[in-house]
Amino acid sequence: MSTEILLTDLTAPDFKEEEYELVYKKPSTFVDVPMHYCPGCAHSLAHKLLMEVIEEMNIQEQTIGIAPVGCAVFAYDYMNIDMQEAAHGRACAVATGIKKLMPDKYVFTYQGDGDLAAIGIGETIHAINRGENFLIVFVNNAVYGMTSGQMAPTTLPGMWSTTTPEGRNTDFYGEPIKVAELIAALPGALYVTRQAVNSANGVRRTKKALEKAFQYQQLKKGTCLVEIIGNCPSNWKMTPVECNRFIDEKMVMTFPLGDIKVPKG
Amino acid sequence: MTEAKLMKGNEALAEAAILAGCNAYFGYPITPQSEVLEYLAREMPKRGGVVMQAESEIASINMVYGAAGAGFRAMTSSSSPGISLMQEGISYLAGAELPCLIVNVNRAGPGLGTIQPGQGDYFQSVKGGGHGDYKMIVLAPASVQEMADHVFLGFELADKYRNPVLILSDGAIGQMMEKVVFQPCKIPDLDKSSWATTGKPKTRERNYITSLFIQPEKMEAHNLKLEEKFRQIRENEVRFEETATEDAEYLFVAYGLSARICQKAMEILRGKGVKAGMLRPVTLYPYPYQRINELADRMNLVLTVELNAGQMVEDVRLAVNGKIPVEFFRQTGRPDAHTRIDCSSFGNFNTT
Repeated sequence: MSTEILLTDLTAPDFKEEEYELVYKKPSTFVDVPMHYCPGCAHSLAHKLLMEVIEEMNIQEQTIGIAPVGCAVFAYDYMNIDMQEAAHGRACAVATGIKKLMPDKYVFTYQGDGDLAAIGIGETIHAINRGENFLIVFVNNAVYGMTSGQMAPTTLPGMWSTTTPEGRNTDFYGEPIKVAELIAALPGALYVTRQAVNSANGVRRTKKALEKAFQYQQLKKGTCLVEIIGNCPSNWKMTPVECNRFIDEKMVMTFPLGDIKVPKG
Repeated sequence: MTEAKLMKGNEALAEAAILAGCNAYFGYPITPQSEVLEYLAREMPKRGGVVMQAESEIASINMVYGAAGAGFRAMTSSSSPGISLMQEGISYLAGAELPCLIVNVNRAGPGLGTIQPGQGDYFQSVKGGGHGDYKMIVLAPASVQEMADHVFLGFELADKYRNPVLILSDGAIGQMMEKVVFQPCKIPDLDKSSWATTGKPKTRERNYITSLFIQPEKMEAHNLKLEEKFRQIRENEVRFEETATEDAEYLFVAYGLSARICQKAMEILRGKGVKAGMLRPVTLYPYPYQRINELADRMNLVLTVELNAGQMVEDVRLAVNGKIPVEFFRQTGRPDAHTRIDCSSFGNFNTT
């Protein structure tokens, strides 16, 4: 029996396109290719939200993105904008090099927890402290995804990973780093928020946050960081549905959702 | 601006960077090259460039990557330990084929070493330094004048080959004051629209800067492309200077500060009737293997002089290929007034 699902299976035999209102389509800022992400992974959703915002704000021609090392290393395969691939952890330095020379362009980095909070925490803090006018999209799934499930700086206490087979021992490794709270204390941080994409409402709020962050970039008053709590079904060894529950029950206890810093006035 | 000025090597290099239309400089303080950052911090903003003190050499080189990837003339400078920190970034720049200028005002090492001049970074500069198969074009200035000239040449070659170029200087050349004349520099108007990330207009496909080629066949194709580029560089860009080699029987091979010391030794030897000559490589990559090999046909002996434990001498031996003896003299970490080159291999005479 074939497992292939054809479009005709999903549409009525008398389906006439013109009789229907188009309520959803992929953003035109997306490259129309299959993604390498695992089924149920938060990255594809985060990518889509970013590309939707860029499309709706009509800033495709003025935007330059920085891809990290990690699962999103191929982001430039999917995002139909000019992009640079940075070395592991160096996205904020690369973004600084671009933004200092093209202050009127929109620049964003897209980074995971290992990239941003471990190897790249120095570049991240200094860029934010300088108040670089770019957006940092920080996808926190508490694990190194690309290298298949090692402990990240944001791995929860007691959480299993391939390098903490007995669970994260906080006596040995310390508590997870709360990046958003940490960097919100810096004067250069303009807008800092933490959202999750494990529910329809969360997805809507995350998109709104990304939109605000791009708008704030026009103000030239500091760095915006949108932390997105995402899942990693493959490395958490959970189904996507279990992942979504884990975010609600566990992740948000350590990483509470909501705005942490918003511009005054 | 063609009148002669008296300037420090590091400052002449910095001034040349502005004249060469360098759009952006990112750097981190380290002796003996901090004057580059200081000079540019004073002068560059007034003249339309971006200058920035980064939080580390790692950040500096990655800022250069960002700016170069957006199509701007970008550079950084540092000294040995800082250049070690940049090696990852340099490998990425070479892999992503980004033109930029990197300056190493070499101090003696290893480790923290000393702030005195050294040439111990030869291998790191010409044999790779970072991971993977890549080469930088390496220029070795031997005077304050060349500190300036090599900036113009360096940017030109970087753009021509879309490859990082390294100026390998040393603490003495960087710190000494000499006469320098800045030649008028024509800044090329290059079309980088096929690769630079300036924002994707509707009229072209997106540009992306990357050194990632996950499919093995694409990785190999990319490496073969780089290899071909390095072959062309070896074919077209070898530069060296010969002094008194026409009738010479003994040949000095030295670069940078060592070449200046050899120049003096050569004059003393000539005064004593010894027919000494010198070949000074100006490019350390590509290296003048062929010319040294040709000269070996009519020399008795080659003496390589370096401020390290013996690095370039390996390339000299490769070039000479056993035709004649290749001797080596070195001073590591103390290139000062005590420096005496042992030229006894040239014959039995007092050469101090």
